Amino acid sequence: MSSQQAVLETRDLTINFGGHVAVNRVSCQFHKGTLTSIVGPNGAGKTTWFNLISGQLKASAGQVLLNGEDITGLSAAKRADKGLGRAFQLTNLFPNLTALENVRLAVASRHSIGHIFWQMASSRRDLADQAMEYLAQVNLAGRADYLVSGLPHGDQRKLEVALMLALEPEVFMFDEPTAGMSVDEVPVILDLIADIKNRQNKVVLLVEHKMDVVRSLSDRIVVLHNGELVADGKPAEVIASPVVQEAYLGASPETEAEVAHG
Amino acid sequence: MLNRILSGDYPRSKPLTALLLIIVVSLLLGPFLFDGIRAFTTLGMICVFIMVVAAYDLMLGYTHIVSFAHTMFFGIGAYGVAMATSNIGSTFPAVLIGITGALALSFVLSLLLGLLSLRVKAIFFALVTLAVAFAFLSLVTQLYVITGGEDGMRVRVPRELGPAFRPLDGTLPGIDVPTLLKGLLTQPWNLGQVWQDSLFELRLSGRNVMYYALLAVSAGVFLFLLRLVNSPFGRVLQAIRENEFRAEALGYRTVVYRTAVVILAALVATLAGAAFALINRYVNPENTLNFELMVFILLMCVIGGMGTLYGAIVGSTLFILAQTYLQDLLKWVGQYTDGIPLVENLLGPGHWLLWFGLLFVLSVYFFPAGVVGQLRIWSMRRRSRDQQPPDGPEAEPLPQT
Repeated sequence: MSSQQAVLETRDLTINFGGHVAVNRVSCQFHKGTLTSIVGPNGAGKTTWFNLISGQLKASAGQVLLNGEDITGLSAAKRADKGLGRAFQLTNLFPNLTALENVRLAVASRHSIGHIFWQMASSRRDLADQAMEYLAQVNLAGRADYLVSGLPHGDQRKLEVALMLALEPEVFMFDEPTAGMSVDEVPVILDLIADIKNRQNKVVLLVEHKMDVVRSLSDRIVVLHNGELVADGKPAEVIASPVVQEAYLGASPETEAEVAHG
Repeated sequence: MLNRILSGDYPRSKPLTALLLIIVVSLLLGPFLFDGIRAFTTLGMICVFIMVVAAYDLMLGYTHIVSFAHTMFFGIGAYGVAMATSNIGSTFPAVLIGITGALALSFVLSLLLGLLSLRVKAIFFALVTLAVAFAFLSLVTQLYVITGGEDGMRVRVPRELGPAFRPLDGTLPGIDVPTLLKGLLTQPWNLGQVWQDSLFELRLSGRNVMYYALLAVSAGVFLFLLRLVNSPFGRVLQAIRENEFRAEALGYRTVVYRTAVVILAALVATLAGAAFALINRYVNPENTLNFELMVFILLMCVIGGMGTLYGAIVGSTLFILAQTYLQDLLKWVGQYTDGIPLVENLLGPGHWLLWFGLLFVLSVYFFPAGVVGQLRIWSMRRRSRDQQPPDGPEAEPLPQT
């Protein structure tokens, strides 16, 4: 695995807000066909690290590399163009547009047709058809014409995932994709994630608190604690390692219980 | 065919369709339906402000960019033509040079403003545009030698666009609709006489040529903008309006789109300003650059309905009609209230601004989404009420906005 070039790499990636170092010199490589879970207690810096990778935040120090190219200085939009897909933890959609229009915007972005002002958007049936396919993948085909603001929370979460799928990225970054979903909706998303992983040519990053999910899906687990990478390895090893027991499980009794039962 | 012309964006409301048809027919046959120079100027102003307001709505309604520099670009267009014709002469090349120069200046200024929106966001951007607009206004006022200062400039239009030019010998028949309606209301028993009274002879002049050229440009600009907001580009603008952060995360470089919109709106405003100079034949800081005018544009946009391009047609028509004829209306009502102490005072034509403000408050109260927006919402509700079975699905499906 190490012989092959990493698709995504962070080198000593650091950000500090005032005096607080939220992400501290995190170096990590991600390879094709692997699913890596990032775990850690709340406030460990998982989402901040994601924001640094996908460009919502600018790093104070360190680098982000995509296929060997330094993308640290690029905007979020350019990183998305280059194949970094991101689904957000807090649902982040276009509320007064329909579900279909939301996905169509992602499809249009991938086809780079946003600058076309002389054609009617409705004349591109192909885009709408593709958008429908992605909606179908997350079981939302029946909700295509609903305004997003009127959709239940679980559907909005699914739509968030559909938007990332529609970008057809090389790197998929899921930030707690199943948070707030009802029990019967969770498998749809987990199957989708497993499916992406099985395509073998994608990199999947997953921030998730549900330990059973993490254990069943992950090829590898990375543990963040106080902004630092404290453990990295195969799921069984990482979960059993003393440093994780102390740093991660010691910090939050609820998570400990979750792990014990999960 | 109609679908292509309107870019698939129909009025989607029967009363709105009727209203738009009335306005469009009135504009098309304007010189033949309304007698007198005042009516003629009003028609011209409506055509000018349809462009101005549509461009403003592109920024405000479709992209949520608040700019107070719109009149600056309008003024650049107006002064461009005025200065070019007074320095070079009353010729078409001079007009063309004026327009081209004005467009070039507007392009540079709006590019700078647009790029500024990279650093300065929302209300702060609005304040910067306000400062720039004021700076420009005082610059024009101070540079007396070039711009005529507060006195403004006469615009000597080419002869073919002036009142002395006769494109046709003889006259054409016209029917003055206001006289006809007034007659029908006040003496319906005297139909023949009313009909006779409302007929008038129209001697076509260069002013009519100018009007129809303006109408053609205005219609072209409007239909172009209608296509634009319904294109993939327009969809991205809506995305930026809804959630700029997410649009960026999807790979759209929002600053490029915002800058493009600011530039485009500025260029249209400049073109409208040039048309204003040609049809009004007099420009000064008050009728082109004033902050009051900026507020009026904002009001036209809000009254018509933000984010609906048809709102520009409805908003500017209603506003300009009220602005021009409210005083007459008050004078007419005033005849019947003479002698009633307080009422007489309140209805004095000098107080027209008071009634104008009241009309605005009422329109916002009854049409919170603007006239066009509200009419569309009403007919959408009616449609979904008609279609839905009594038990209905759990969530109300809404067609896209």
